[in-house]
Amino acid sequence: MRALSFDIAHLLAGLMLVLSFLLLYQDRITAMLNVFAMQAVALSASVAWQAVIQDAPHLLVTAAIALVVKGIVIPTALHRIVRKLGIHREIEEVIGAGLTMLVGLGLVALSILLMLPVGEKVSILVREDLAFALAVILLGLLMMITRRNAVTQIVGFMSLENGLVLAASGAKGMPLVVEFSVAFSVLIAFIVFGVFVFRIRERFDSVDVSALDRFRGERGEQP
Amino acid sequence: MPVVVGLWCVAGFIAIAAVAIAIGRFSRASALIYGASLLVSLAALAFGLQHLIGAGFPDMVDYPLGVPGIGAHFRLDALSAFFLVVINLGGAAASLYAIGYGRHEIAPLRVLPFFPAYLGGMNLVLLADDAFSFLVAWEFMSLTSWALVLANHRAPENVRAGYIYLVMAGFGTLSLLLAFGLLAGPDGSYAFESIRASHPVPFVAALTLLLTLLGAGSKAGLVPLHVWLPLAHPAAPSHVSALMSGVMTKVAVYGFIRIAFDLLGEPVWWWSLIVLAIGAITAVIGILYALMQRDIKRLLAYSTVENIGIVFIGLGLALAFRANKMELPAALALTAALFHVLNHSLYKSLLFFGAGAVLTATGKRSLEDLGGLIHRMPNTAIVVLIGCAAISALPPLNGFVSEWMIFQAILVGPQLPQWGLRFMVPTVGALLALSAALTAACFVKAYGVMFLGRPRTPAAEAATDADRFSLSAMFILAAFCFCAGVLPGLVIDILAPVAQSLLGARMPVQVHLPFSLAWASILPIAESRSSYNGFIILAFLVISGTFTAMFIHRFATRATRRSAIWDCGYPDPSVATQYSSSSFVMPIRRVFGATVFDVRRSLDMPRPGETRPGSFHLKVWDPVWRYFYGPVARLVLRSATVLNQLQFLTIRRYLTLVFATLILLLMVVAAWR
Repeated sequence: MRALSFDIAHLLAGLMLVLSFLLLYQDRITAMLNVFAMQAVALSASVAWQAVIQDAPHLLVTAAIALVVKGIVIPTALHRIVRKLGIHREIEEVIGAGLTMLVGLGLVALSILLMLPVGEKVSILVREDLAFALAVILLGLLMMITRRNAVTQIVGFMSLENGLVLAASGAKGMPLVVEFSVAFSVLIAFIVFGVFVFRIRERFDSVDVSALDRFRGERGEQP
Repeated sequence: MPVVVGLWCVAGFIAIAAVAIAIGRFSRASALIYGASLLVSLAALAFGLQHLIGAGFPDMVDYPLGVPGIGAHFRLDALSAFFLVVINLGGAAASLYAIGYGRHEIAPLRVLPFFPAYLGGMNLVLLADDAFSFLVAWEFMSLTSWALVLANHRAPENVRAGYIYLVMAGFGTLSLLLAFGLLAGPDGSYAFESIRASHPVPFVAALTLLLTLLGAGSKAGLVPLHVWLPLAHPAAPSHVSALMSGVMTKVAVYGFIRIAFDLLGEPVWWWSLIVLAIGAITAVIGILYALMQRDIKRLLAYSTVENIGIVFIGLGLALAFRANKMELPAALALTAALFHVLNHSLYKSLLFFGAGAVLTATGKRSLEDLGGLIHRMPNTAIVVLIGCAAISALPPLNGFVSEWMIFQAILVGPQLPQWGLRFMVPTVGALLALSAALTAACFVKAYGVMFLGRPRTPAAEAATDADRFSLSAMFILAAFCFCAGVLPGLVIDILAPVAQSLLGARMPVQVHLPFSLAWASILPIAESRSSYNGFIILAFLVISGTFTAMFIHRFATRATRRSAIWDCGYPDPSVATQYSSSSFVMPIRRVFGATVFDVRRSLDMPRPGETRPGSFHLKVWDPVWRYFYGPVARLVLRSATVLNQLQFLTIRRYLTLVFATLILLLMVVAAWR
């Protein structure tokens, strides 16, 4: 039973990581939103499984929040935004996809290297979970800096936050209040981002953030 | 509860400051405020003296103020009582002087509130018994004095002085903050009580000592951190200059003694090498630059640098002896340093008061514009002469005693076991002797050009003597200089509890109550070695002087001679042919010009046939600016220009920076294990 529970937790967390790589690679916006929704579902399943094996019913609440907010509400809203902006068919240029994937692999290696020697104090389950969570977080950050579109940057941020929740669920005794506040702040961040995307669009007829840079009169990324 | 009395005095100063804000605009307010400051200073002085003479036990009090978990601790022991005496003596004299001098203030509201607050801040530094209260009081003192430096803020050089002072004060406080951080250790025990109980490892202790040297030294004026003194001290009104130069530098010395002798525990012998070297360099450089000055207040400020160097030589000797468990010589060196602290506060305040009186009477600060004042300001001339003789270490005045005691400690130097110190101590002694001689030259020049000869400007010709209050403040200080020089044993005995509490040893008792021939003489170590009796010297001077005068009057010829009028060596009637400040020091400038000074000369000679006058300009710079502060300033500017580009990155680049930093740190963590 112990081996099986470990395997399932491993599988779900690994699934999240694979989906992170998909996010990194996917260049169609609608498809990317779907992948993000899938990652949220995987997160919710993972958290629910943690609730079962840790015998911590409050994690079920977290799982439900993740499923409803991140699996359904946010992707739906993003889909609507994308459609409203008329960019749902757009193909975003991913800078050096192969290189990005390689860097992503390096990041995963780094997080495993960091987390595995943590020692005998924590269970192997928590250790693996933390390694996956850290990898998801770093991949989310990597996605934020390799993309130019504001919507995909939002998705990168949300995926980063998925990693945070995964890490939090793995650690025993994380109080529910913390998870609530994290979920709430993510929602706020999402609203702010959404408003911003529309403001950018109004002003520049594009959601490419490099338009912002041009507006600020940057020396950096002149086209 | 003695500490509480001290805190009440601080509260009194702050209350006077508050009242000064309210009533400062009225014309009578000045005398009232300074009078109140005088009373509170006298109270604090009496209270410090009573604790010192009564050899009271350290007294502590805690208040639940300030940082939570630390609170505010205050403590009075022999060391702080002695410095209370020094500071409030200077404060009382400055207040008395300012009752008269403050009438000439142009913008009294810029001085009146800050003056008592500044005194209060200095007193609070002495009473503080935890790092937090100490630093807050220290910074309060710095900021109020900074406001006083900018009292006349319309002059551009004052603004520059204020800016440099603020930078140096900030740097000094930062160093002290780091020093206390090291002392407190990882547990964060900031109360001095717990710092005393802990024993830092030698490396940390040495680092703390260096940081303290930087922090206290920047306030005291150790070379090369002295650059702000000659700018800021003259910029303030003269009674404040006297406080900054004569008193605030002593607070810095107190800070150094408190940390190096009290909090750090047992010293290591090589620490004293650093202190001795810096002290000796400071003494020589300070007085050499004082010699070059033409501005009288700036000359006095540089001379303060020199005296601080002498004090630090004494402290360095005390550290050296203490590290070798030679308690008696250590007590001698420490007592000498403290004696010099007291002396310097007396005569430097006196001289700044005299400079203020001259400035009020003539409106001139440059020596080249003065001259002949001894006829127009006879009273000021007498007290300034006493001050000049005292600072030049002439017996029977007080300056001689403390420097002689430091030399006595230097003469014990060969008994030290380390060869480094055996070489160092005589070198320091030679440099100290050099600086003592140069001091005499410096004040011969200052006094001679200012008071003797003929007036060089109409303003100097029209000068009148200072007012009653200013004169009485100066006469009181001159009397103290005289008494401390004639009866040094009394001062040494009063200082004994300080050395006793810090070193566990004291100098032998000097004043034995049954009157004997040796009553007024001081014996640093033993009678067989050497002793000094100010009283006998005074008696000798008086008797020999009287006899000489009588002899001349009795036996000199009374025959009338006819000859040309003696022209005092100046056949040309123009006042410009007199010895000037620059011409007096020309030989010394020539000797040291290539090595110590940064002299820039320009000669503009008219060609034959031209009728315009030729001109000769001479500018003496402090090479510290060119070789130390210039490169530092350029480095700061260059790195600021480079870093400025970080202000204009794109969002993605900022994110990339964050990401790269995170990855880098994670890799460091991964590699560390």
